[in-house]
Amino acid sequence: MTQSMTESMTEAMIVARGLRKSFRQSNGATFEAVKGIDVEVRRGEAFGFLGPNGAGKSSTMRMVAAVSPISGGELRILGMDPAVDGPAIRGRLGVCPQEDNLDQELNVFDNLYIYGRYFGLPKQVVRDRVGELLEFAKLTEKAKSRVDELSGGMKRRLTIARSLINRPDLLLLDEPTTGLDPQARHLLWDQLFRLKQAGVTLVITTHYMDEAEQLCDRLVVMDKGVIVAEGAPRELINEHSTREVAELRFGVGEHAALAEKLADLGERVEVLPDRLLVYAADGEEVVARTHERGLEPIASLVRRSTLEDVFLRLTGRTLVD
Amino acid sequence: MAPLVGALARPNDLPFLEGVLRQADYWAVLWARTWRGVVASSFLSPFLYVLAMGVLLGGFVEADADQLEGASSYLAFVVPGLIAAHAMQTAVSETTYPVMGMIKWQRIYESMLATPLQPRHVVGAHLASVALHLAATCGLYTLVLAPFGVYESWWGPFLAFGSQVLTGMAFATVVYAFSTRLRSEEGFGVLFRLGVFPLFLFSGAFFPVGNLGGAAWLARLTPLWHGVNLSRMFALDNVTWWIAGVNVAVLVVVMLLGWRWSVSGLTKRMLA
Ligand SMILES: Nc1ncnc2c1ncn2[C@@H]1O[C@H](COP(=O)(O)OP(=O)(O)OP(=O)(O)O)[C@@H](O)[C@H]1O
Ligand SMILES: [Mg+2]
Repeated sequence: MTQSMTESMTEAMIVARGLRKSFRQSNGATFEAVKGIDVEVRRGEAFGFLGPNGAGKSSTMRMVAAVSPISGGELRILGMDPAVDGPAIRGRLGVCPQEDNLDQELNVFDNLYIYGRYFGLPKQVVRDRVGELLEFAKLTEKAKSRVDELSGGMKRRLTIARSLINRPDLLLLDEPTTGLDPQARHLLWDQLFRLKQAGVTLVITTHYMDEAEQLCDRLVVMDKGVIVAEGAPRELINEHSTREVAELRFGVGEHAALAEKLADLGERVEVLPDRLLVYAADGEEVVARTHERGLEPIASLVRRSTLEDVFLRLTGRTLVD
Repeated sequence: MAPLVGALARPNDLPFLEGVLRQADYWAVLWARTWRGVVASSFLSPFLYVLAMGVLLGGFVEADADQLEGASSYLAFVVPGLIAAHAMQTAVSETTYPVMGMIKWQRIYESMLATPLQPRHVVGAHLASVALHLAATCGLYTLVLAPFGVYESWWGPFLAFGSQVLTGMAFATVVYAFSTRLRSEEGFGVLFRLGVFPLFLFSGAFFPVGNLGGAAWLARLTPLWHGVNLSRMFALDNVTWWIAGVNVAVLVVVMLLGWRWSVSGLTKRMLA
């Protein structure tokens, strides 16, 4: 281990250097899901992994959760080596997996209580914490309901509540809001904000750029097992995109041809199947000058750049397909 | 089991017993839901067996004690073998679908392994629950059947009971290991048809394996025969101690190998 790695370990919650994960597939070939990533998560921050399906987010999260051995590189979690100190690391982590694995046959209270016991916490301590967490997750009225009677949003809140039963130093959330309706998502974000304010270090994976922008202090953009960019959401946007974007929709099939005619209006033009994106500091001006040239988009919209644009810029693809 | 657990454990692991006990509340909740069914069926089934085997079938079986391995009646012959075979079936049913369910349907193990618990603890607690089930079932069978005069000594039932639970656990660990490696439930059908059912019929539970002639040695290689034979020797107070020693050794070795395969199987499956 290098000197600098030892030093950064002391403050960092997670340090990964050249971290790799490969899987043996059923046809015998090996597939590399994570291809050497460097990550450092500091105490108290909310750190994000933003990337499309198959980017390697969950594979990374499982290694960090000390349930998946690393295939290469180095990984330290809370200053410890997961290959040696798995139980001690997991004892201080909270994990909210991508797919809920609540016990459908138990009621809400028992799901929390039984999980708490796995950490070796005394019965009374667990009971007290369950009460607090039910309040926190707004599930107190549902304490005696079976899990299969809960809505998707409630299940997700319960999973997060469960991950907090051991008062973790580091909370790992794998796509916490995927599949939820907007209202349920906002409720969950609110919950996560409160945790962040309480000083819990959060690591979040998502393929929603709004979620990443809302929740993360710092993030890495991942694609096909590698990190393509890293920084604070605003920094990344400033660095890789313009202030505004004009979205212009023309008739089907016209976009590619029109892109050339509008290329000089912005710093960059992206062609999507259903619209053109013109990147410029002033989007309204792009729209006005498009009309001046006698081009009439069916619809136009000016918005600020987002992480979606950063991703498009860096990979040539959209985040959610 | 301690040395074997020790062999696999490393310094920073959670102690074995502690990890198992942390799951006591979980298994207690499951037991609170299922114990009535276990007790009811363990009371009822032996009566049905006495009726079918002792009265209805046994009425046709006229044989000397020599031919029935020293048993005075067919019922006395069949009961110890039957309980041992039933232990096998209980063990198999508790370590097939339930294990696959906890791996991939309800994904209970995934949630357990996200905590300080490790595969050894998870396997240990699950198998402890199976042992409890076996003890309850075999114990109740023995209680119900003892009054029918099928035991030749007062200590016979106790040692026979121990043999039956040991038999069940030998199967429990091996089948658990099989289940951790199985991707889809179709494999269970094969296990039942080609493994459990032939063993049930041909391992000496219902007739002396000597009747199989040249194939008798094959029957004696099966773990179930060792369990049936041990159970029957104790029940009939007809113990050849060196054979009993071999029977116990075989069952213990099978159980310990199954334990190792179970832990390695669950580790490979869940911590990939
Ligand atoms: N156990 C496994 N065996 C084989 N391949 C795997 C395994 N787990 C993941 N992969 C592969 O690794 C790649 C990355 O998967 P991963 O689940 O880490 O992506 P992700 O970024 O979390 O995607 P998503 O947004 O869909 O959850 C995928 O191509 C996936 O098929
Ligand atoms: Mg994922």
